[in-house]
Amino acid sequence: MDLDTLLSFDWGTMTPEFILLGFIAVLSVADLFMPKHIDRKILGWVGFAGVVLALVSLVTLIGTDTTSILSDTFRLDSFAIAFKLILLLGAALVLLLAIDFHANEGLEDYKGEFYYLFLSALLGTMFMASSGDLITLFVGLELLSIPSYILAGMRKRNLKSNESAMKYVLNGGISSAITLFGMSYVFGIAGTTNLKGIAQVFSSVNDPQLIYLLGLAFLMIFVGLSFKLASAPFHMWAPDVYEGAPTPVTAFLSVVSKTAGFVIILRILLSIFGYVPVAQGDGQPIPLLFAMQDYIAFLAGATMIIGNVVALRQRNIKRMFAYSSIAHAGYILVALTAMSFVTFDAIWFYLLAYVLMNLGAFAVIQTITAKTGSEDISHFAGLYRRSPLLAVGMGIFILSLAGIPGTAGFIGKLNIFMGALLVDEAHYVLVSIMIAATVVSYFYYFGVMTQMFFRPAATDEKIKLPAATIVVLLVAAIGTILFGVMPNIAIDFMHSNFHQFVDFMR
Amino acid sequence: MDFTYFLTLLVFAPLLGILLLTFMPKTNESGIKMLGVLATLPSLLLALIAYFSYRGGSNLAGFSEKVRWIQFGGQNAEQQGIFSVNYELGIDGFGLIMVLLTAVIATLAAIASFHIKKEWKGYYMLFLLLEIGMLGVFTAQNLILFFLFFEITLIPMFFLIGKWGYYEKEKAAYSFLIYNGLGSAILLIVIMVLFSRTGTSNIEMLKVIMNTDNATLFAPVSDSLKMGLLIALLVAFGVKLPIFPLHSWMLKVHVEAPPSIVMIHSGILLKIGAFGLIRFGIGIFPEQFAQIAGLIAVLGVINLLYGAFLAFIQTDFKMVLAYSSISHMGIVLIGLGALNEAGIQGAIFQVVSHGLISALLFFLVGVFYERTHTTTLANLSGMAKGMPLASGFLLTGALASLGLPGMSGFVSEFMAFLGLFEESPVLAAVGTLGIIMTAVYLLRAVLAITYGQAEREFAGLSDLRSFEWAPVLVLVGLIVLIGVFPAVLSEPLQATLETILMGIGG
Repeated sequence: MDLDTLLSFDWGTMTPEFILLGFIAVLSVADLFMPKHIDRKILGWVGFAGVVLALVSLVTLIGTDTTSILSDTFRLDSFAIAFKLILLLGAALVLLLAIDFHANEGLEDYKGEFYYLFLSALLGTMFMASSGDLITLFVGLELLSIPSYILAGMRKRNLKSNESAMKYVLNGGISSAITLFGMSYVFGIAGTTNLKGIAQVFSSVNDPQLIYLLGLAFLMIFVGLSFKLASAPFHMWAPDVYEGAPTPVTAFLSVVSKTAGFVIILRILLSIFGYVPVAQGDGQPIPLLFAMQDYIAFLAGATMIIGNVVALRQRNIKRMFAYSSIAHAGYILVALTAMSFVTFDAIWFYLLAYVLMNLGAFAVIQTITAKTGSEDISHFAGLYRRSPLLAVGMGIFILSLAGIPGTAGFIGKLNIFMGALLVDEAHYVLVSIMIAATVVSYFYYFGVMTQMFFRPAATDEKIKLPAATIVVLLVAAIGTILFGVMPNIAIDFMHSNFHQFVDFMR
Repeated sequence: MDFTYFLTLLVFAPLLGILLLTFMPKTNESGIKMLGVLATLPSLLLALIAYFSYRGGSNLAGFSEKVRWIQFGGQNAEQQGIFSVNYELGIDGFGLIMVLLTAVIATLAAIASFHIKKEWKGYYMLFLLLEIGMLGVFTAQNLILFFLFFEITLIPMFFLIGKWGYYEKEKAAYSFLIYNGLGSAILLIVIMVLFSRTGTSNIEMLKVIMNTDNATLFAPVSDSLKMGLLIALLVAFGVKLPIFPLHSWMLKVHVEAPPSIVMIHSGILLKIGAFGLIRFGIGIFPEQFAQIAGLIAVLGVINLLYGAFLAFIQTDFKMVLAYSSISHMGIVLIGLGALNEAGIQGAIFQVVSHGLISALLFFLVGVFYERTHTTTLANLSGMAKGMPLASGFLLTGALASLGLPGMSGFVSEFMAFLGLFEESPVLAAVGTLGIIMTAVYLLRAVLAITYGQAEREFAGLSDLRSFEWAPVLVLVGLIVLIGVFPAVLSEPLQATLETILMGIGG
């Protein structure tokens, strides 16, 4: 490839990624040469500026035609833009949390590293959203994973943080191996790593043996990637890692990393396995993806049940939110199972709502745990007296997580239900499980409410909020209510700009 | 007169009170209470205007309003006119009556709330939110909007019970939340199935679509599915009403919640169950409803007898009234089970009549508790001596409740049974046993309180005070008005009844 071909590519489509890359370079060099006594908080603000810039440049890209460069390995379609918006929004909020995070137990020496590792992980997720090739997808996945392992263990002198990083890296390694193994079958049969090319080859596969093999590949890739979603069967790392990791990292894992997980699953599964025809006993063949629906449904059901039931027993707020985030992964998997024409809409909207409500909740959790030095749920007692705003904010986020009408979480659930019920052979059982699981979740979500509003506080000391946290709380609370009361702002935006994701694999 | 946005104004008028309350210093007790009551007045005024302009000849259809709200499924769906959820309010005669009932009882309960001892500001804010929810439920013209308002009543109730209730308030609040959460969950399934498969959630359209053969649907709805949906509706609203085995939460709420909240709860919230069964159960699934009408009548008789017999052995006056509510809701079911003009009219009359009567009785419970700090029958006796007026009104309320001619209770019971005697005389004959029991348990309880030797001396026992007069007089006045001149209800109801009867083909 000579220079001319290189220059002929439309590099403008990659602007957000280049901006992030530039900021990573600047931050790492700055951290190296800055005198030790200067507070690294400033680097956090620089990183935040980088994410915001990337977000702005991405917004300017909305509406551009679908382009792919570097021989179809990097695609900018509406799917990529839509999900990158969520990734960047989530990352910007998490960075604000990180800026206010009280570094201790070893993290104080590495605050600079924290920011650029964080941005690297974010860059990985961005590439995953735009990949058109198995190789770039996998590289993006690893670019996300490896900084995440380090971030989880950054509180060097904290035993739990070390345990967390260790568990994360081991589980992550296993799951990556499984995914790769599945991909190797795909490559073996298709002879190419390009998603489009694979789809082309697969659409004419009709040897039942090969299809059986592809079924195996499907399951392996799905199971391996469920690690990123923290859904069954790869959910067990989540509670330990969430508990041990510094709170902003936990927030990152539960929101941005999970979103990236859904992005890669949609990319791989839909664009490859949606084209494998499986012969039915009678009449038309159906795509392998549909033939596999029952397995996904089973895993979705299991994830919702495990997440919500085990969360009931948790006293540690971060562990509780770990299980809660497992449950939410299950809800989104229901939308994936349905594979109706609103699946993309439902997943996108739910993730948007989830980013807002979950990060809002983590902002409160971070403030409280930093104040009390403990993560026990009893420290939320009497929060209403100590800081009414914090309590009301947390109340809104919890209502939204529980899916109460008037909040974004409810509209998200509505959309998922709709998709699951409008297809023929509607998924009544799955929807019933989801609704029942939601009612179960009332127990632990309202347990936090009980603490905040009904129980007396141990001290009357008021809680002072740092500036960046206030921004996160406001954005999250306003967004949660706004998209709950007037969801059309987001839904119409999605429909007029992303055209129902029809250019997903064209 | 132009009535555009009239209903929006009516429903959301209490919001103004909530906003004003936020600026009120929380120590200003009398100011908050004043504002709390005043904030309920605009809705009451507007409801009265609606009622009288209807009596003056205005068409209720003129109150309807409709604004685009949520469009699922993108432009294609919008062009086909499916999957859009509009913000649409409207009333028919039944809705008008319920709105009026709600507005009246809300104002009176706000006055009764003067007995509340702590944190008036939070209390009244939640109280007004609850009122918005209730008014919305009776005016919503599509199922999703209905559900939204339905759930808005749930959250304030949880807090009002859990924070301002008696000894076991948190347990009662949880029990309320979980039972009603399950009920709403089932309701949500029904709503989403209807919405997903027909493409609309508008109640009037659903009535047409579901009862037209070969209607164009987005996805088919089989007869057995319809029956399943109706049974699910019966369970969902059965929790609210409550129907016999689903009632245990409601006893806890009656006993543990503050009397002013029980006025609302027993006076209006329970009636949402009946309202839903009539609007959606009979309205959308008339054929299926006719098939299970016998079952509903049996359930009604069970409710009536079970409530009456258990009320007889209670030692706490609040428990007597709680079981009495169950028993009286049985009459609603009996009327619905009869499924003829007299029956349904009786059911609706019973809804209104019991709303007024139970509000009166629970208001008086609050009055007695305020002075004696007990509601146990054994501790209360000879109250007629210290509080002759309050005791007299208690007896009036009890007489109305047991169906003394000339009061509202008589009209409704008479008509409901008249309806059932036409359809199944044997069942009705068994049911009349319940009416006798009603007289027995109510007189036993009321006489135990008012007459006899005073067991304990209560210091400073005073009769009805200034503000306590208003609720008593208004409620007694309305009860007698309906009893003597039932046309105030039956005329607005006529059109609604005719529509219902046309639906069931009678």
